Amino acid sequence: MKTQAIRRAIWAAALALGASGSFIAAPAAQGGTPSADDDPNKVASWVDFRDGTFKDRQIDPHGDAVIKLEAPARAADAAIVPISITAQFPQTPAHYIRRVYLFIDQNPEPYAGWFEFTPESGRASIETRVRVEDYTFMRAIAETNDGHLYSAIRFVKASGGCSAPAGKDDEAALANVGKMRLRALASSAAGQPQLAQLMISHPNRTGMAMNQITRQYASAYFVRKIEVTYAGKPVMTANVNFSISENPNFRFYFMPRATGELKATVHDSQEHTFETAIPVPAQNASAQPAPARM
Amino acid sequence: MCRSRRRRLSSSAVFAAVGAALAWVLTLSPAHALPPSSAPLSVKELAPGFYAHRGHDDVATRRNGGDIANIGFVIGTRCVAVIDTGGTLAEGRALRAAIRRATPLPICYVINTHMHPDHIFGNAAFVDDHPQFVGSDKLPEAELSHSQSYLHVLTRELGSVAAGSRVIVPTLLVHGKLDLDLGSRVLTLQTWKTAHTNSDLTVYDKSSGTLWLADLLFAGCLPVVDGSVIGWLDDLAAIRALPGIRRAVPGHGPLDAPWPQALEAERGYLQRLANDVRGAIRAGRTMQQAVDTIGAGEHARWKLFDVYQRRNVTAAYAELEWEQ
Repeated sequence: MKTQAIRRAIWAAALALGASGSFIAAPAAQGGTPSADDDPNKVASWVDFRDGTFKDRQIDPHGDAVIKLEAPARAADAAIVPISITAQFPQTPAHYIRRVYLFIDQNPEPYAGWFEFTPESGRASIETRVRVEDYTFMRAIAETNDGHLYSAIRFVKASGGCSAPAGKDDEAALANVGKMRLRALASSAAGQPQLAQLMISHPNRTGMAMNQITRQYASAYFVRKIEVTYAGKPVMTANVNFSISENPNFRFYFMPRATGELKATVHDSQEHTFETAIPVPAQNASAQPAPARM
Repeated sequence: MCRSRRRRLSSSAVFAAVGAALAWVLTLSPAHALPPSSAPLSVKELAPGFYAHRGHDDVATRRNGGDIANIGFVIGTRCVAVIDTGGTLAEGRALRAAIRRATPLPICYVINTHMHPDHIFGNAAFVDDHPQFVGSDKLPEAELSHSQSYLHVLTRELGSVAAGSRVIVPTLLVHGKLDLDLGSRVLTLQTWKTAHTNSDLTVYDKSSGTLWLADLLFAGCLPVVDGSVIGWLDDLAAIRALPGIRRAVPGHGPLDAPWPQALEAERGYLQRLANDVRGAIRAGRTMQQAVDTIGAGEHARWKLFDVYQRRNVTAAYAELEWEQ
């Protein structure tokens, strides 16, 4: 929380600097408007994070055989940028992706979080929507169970996704906090990973948008942890922050080996916990399992 | 539906103070850098004393100077009301020059129909007229919370063409309906539920049967959803049922857009957008898949389709995915 407060102070200071007449020059503090032609290995925020988190471990920059990151080259709406991180091989106990880090270089809080997977995930893929503050590199770093790191990088053009005012109706958003929908999407072939979706009603406020009438920042308020289990075993665990868009939305996989319960537990930054669960039938129990939802 | 005038004025005083305090914060560069006079903006007299300027059907560029919205003014026997001020201070000044060519009467109201930059950034041209700046009660927060990013983009796209442009928040707020008397001519202002934006406001001139719909109506240019597709459809149904309308002025597109056909065309687009997005959600398609596929058949019908369609699908998807 302390680092957030500091970051917010820096962010507010940057806004003030911009407002005092040097607005046009503000991006120059970071070396000009980021461009897809920049060297992604030299972005300051990334270098800091890499050195602090991965120390001197090598990251394979050509990770496309392991992990793919898809994001629009130009965001339609900077506050809701759909992204997908797709594993390029199935999860097996012998070889699987353990964790995927998500990093958005030019966001006020560049480290968006991590997603953890297990062999029970079937496939270490995740789709969600993120806020993007500026033209930026976006990175997914996959860590396999043997400790290797692989990165996939995209350049995204977007403006103002973090400092933009939150949704159109703040009161309604707060009233619905914690409402969830969990469902298994399409039925999968036997032995194949099953796609699931978790929707969480939550403002996921950045704390970076000032109410311009009261001159107050509504405090950051966001989903920080999501644990999804199937038949009692973890299939997807996310440790995230307000880089995820309002009403966080995740698609992921799990292996439906037998009848079991798919359960999601969500914790937010005000220490609320929300739970939801659905029964998932075994593959051969029903030819067409009905999509279940809350 | 109408707040008491006293309450409006007391809150307007607060907003005036906030506006003054923020003036230095939100200005791009000193206004005195601009030439002192401007050539009058081209305007057409739609009805006696009711003038409109036709903006370019484009996004804001240096070439068009940010002049992309339809803006106008209405003259009574006592004073003048301005309806939107254009995309830059320079355009606002050109509009003011056009007013001065039409009448010497004072400018008592500057109405902003919503928060978008192409409608509000000419406001500064009218400060010395000391008008009431008029808008939805949602407008101050909407404008101020977006002002940094609006000015950032304006500067990026227009550079020095945008010099001196700044946000000036309304001093007179409307919630529901409000009548403005220009002398022998009353304009009825009305706010709407969140549609194009959360701060949409229309202006009706009963004497000529002219309804200024601003960006609640896009004619020939793709409607842009920055509010709610469902709210917009509701509003259009209510607007379609209004009596006495002889002419509707769109915020974008021809000033003589056929009424009510232009509204029906827009309603058709928004309804198809909502239907297609609902279908995609039901079929389990992702937001990105919806963005990539929906609306191909609309491409030939609308200008600026390529600029705004993906945004519209994104907005509609986020709005509609919880309703099923």
